[in-house]
Amino acid sequence: MKLHEHQAKGVFADTGIPTPSSQLASSVEEAVDAADAIGYPVAIKAQVHVGGRGKAGGIKLAENEDEARSAASDILGMDLKGLHVEDVLVEEAVDFTDEIYVGVTMDRGAGKPVVMVSARGGVDIEEVAAEDPDAIVREHVDPAFGLHPYQARRVAFEAGLGAVATDVARVLSTLYELWEDNDATEVEINPLMVTADEDVVAADAVMNVDDDALFRHPEIAEMESEAADDDLEQKANEYDFDYVRLDGNVGIIGNGAGLVMTTLDIVDYYGGAPANFLDIGGGAKAERVTNALDMVFSDENVESVVFNIFGGITRGDEVAAGINEALEQLDEIPKPVTVRLAGTNAEEGQEILNTDLVSVEETLEAAVQHAVENAQEADR
Amino acid sequence: MSVLVDDDTRVVVQGITGGEGKFHTDQMIEYGTNIVAGAVPGRGGEHVSGVPVYDTLESAVTKHDATAVVVFVPPAFAADAMFEALDTSVDLVVTITEGVPQQDMSRVYRRLQETDTRLIGPNCPGIITPGQSKLGILPGNIFTEGNVGLVSRSGTLTYQVVDNLTQRDIGQSTAIGIGGDPIIGTDFIDALELFDADPDTDAIVMCGEIGGEDEEEAAAYIDNNVTTPVVGFIAGRTAPPGKRMGHAGAIVSGSGTGTAASKIEALESADVPVGDTPATVADYVESRL
Repeated sequence: MKLHEHQAKGVFADTGIPTPSSQLASSVEEAVDAADAIGYPVAIKAQVHVGGRGKAGGIKLAENEDEARSAASDILGMDLKGLHVEDVLVEEAVDFTDEIYVGVTMDRGAGKPVVMVSARGGVDIEEVAAEDPDAIVREHVDPAFGLHPYQARRVAFEAGLGAVATDVARVLSTLYELWEDNDATEVEINPLMVTADEDVVAADAVMNVDDDALFRHPEIAEMESEAADDDLEQKANEYDFDYVRLDGNVGIIGNGAGLVMTTLDIVDYYGGAPANFLDIGGGAKAERVTNALDMVFSDENVESVVFNIFGGITRGDEVAAGINEALEQLDEIPKPVTVRLAGTNAEEGQEILNTDLVSVEETLEAAVQHAVENAQEADR
Repeated sequence: MSVLVDDDTRVVVQGITGGEGKFHTDQMIEYGTNIVAGAVPGRGGEHVSGVPVYDTLESAVTKHDATAVVVFVPPAFAADAMFEALDTSVDLVVTITEGVPQQDMSRVYRRLQETDTRLIGPNCPGIITPGQSKLGILPGNIFTEGNVGLVSRSGTLTYQVVDNLTQRDIGQSTAIGIGGDPIIGTDFIDALELFDADPDTDAIVMCGEIGGEDEEEAAAYIDNNVTTPVVGFIAGRTAPPGKRMGHAGAIVSGSGTGTAASKIEALESADVPVGDTPATVADYVESRL
């Protein structure tokens, strides 16, 4: 789960990491009032989950009330890389001399956390990593002990931060603690600004929390509804599906992440375009099947649906019963559905399926080809 | 012959009284797996499907001389269960549980390095040596005895590929589902090493997916070390960057690392043919046997 900047800053500020004063605003008037209260100059920043907000016009500086009004009306409601901006963060603009990068993430290959510091903050750190990997100083952390203070100091000094190195080390230690305490997968301050007085201030905040650990962080899980960016993805959360919306017209439902991805790939292989990734998971019963069809039919781009189930724990006859039940409730089938069942109780499932409502294919390839043809016919 | 599990594997099921644990214990017994005991705190003295249950894993393992543990414990308690299993020093721990928090797994992984135990998973379908033993939730009926070793990050994709092999009468020596999480016990390289050393595995199928760099590292390992023919498959060619495709580990990063294209290129440059579809994987295997 990705937190918005203002949410992450709230968490950072609670642990004592210095952040500029700021207020969240969802209308132009609120933004102007916030700017007046904070004092000029201010930065007005779109609260959406996209990288490169600044370049895309999602961050603007305002020196006075008129500029604040015009910046807020430009940004609120704008479409930023496909996402609608509903809130802006109005923030004290920090006068800085240097920009530093600090971050903590999981090195999946090593199976342990890694902390990173770079004197080249303020730009996309992945660009720095590609152009000048030595500019980022890294240190692995033993998860049994956590980040030792000396390790934090070492990376800060090695990054060449000079006078502010010990302050940055302290911020990094705090950042590691909050990474651990909140089951984060990634935390990042970019930039951590250095002021003329040699103070450090977190001008941005990134925090992603492990979805699998949200059960023990109810206060963060509660922020999620605010953070959902797409209506269908929100609906998928409610149904508890792994779902990703894409821009094609072949709706895809299957069981197991690898098999669903493979189904998407084969749709593409036969010249179709996948509309979504939807994994109904293992052991799915009738209700989940009904919900899955509802999800896919709710996407107005979908022209054809393919159901690909390879039963292990999931039983073909239960899936078939669910498909029948879902479709028999409808007055008409909105889009043609092709079903392929294999594995546990697949034959029983194929016998049950109401072939007045769905087409049945024996193999993955045949089912996908049929669904792609249906979608192409609808396009004509 | 086979790798890691066979007729002699003696298994304790951790979480045997839970819904999944009980159902799959029955399935494993039916398949022929030698399930010797179960462990669930507070349920010692009971029996599940004729299998005695103990309060602690240690007593279950020592009383029955067990060699392997299968973990069916809910995600919030899975790390604790794995620490308990690692402390018994069994040869093999297989964790089926999906949704183990990443930082929990990081601590388990660290402990694992101090032991001689092999861990498979978490978030995996398990391991099967057809005709002998299965540990996990793989549907036994689709597998047949044979000489192809299979290693995969995804469960149902494994079933699909096995199905394509079986249609051509190609059986399997052992199939290992290593799991789709970012931090796992046994990785591709470990599995490739085991299969390459197994005299009865004549070809290896490796099914990867987007995310991480395990497939690229495996490709380099194959190039330098593996003499048995390997055929690859990579799921997620059409996955967009920044979106998690079901598995916690299946994500192409914003900067474009972890893509299917990079994995396919790495495998092909190690002379590993990569099938466009599971059916073409089976074609490649057939031509290499």
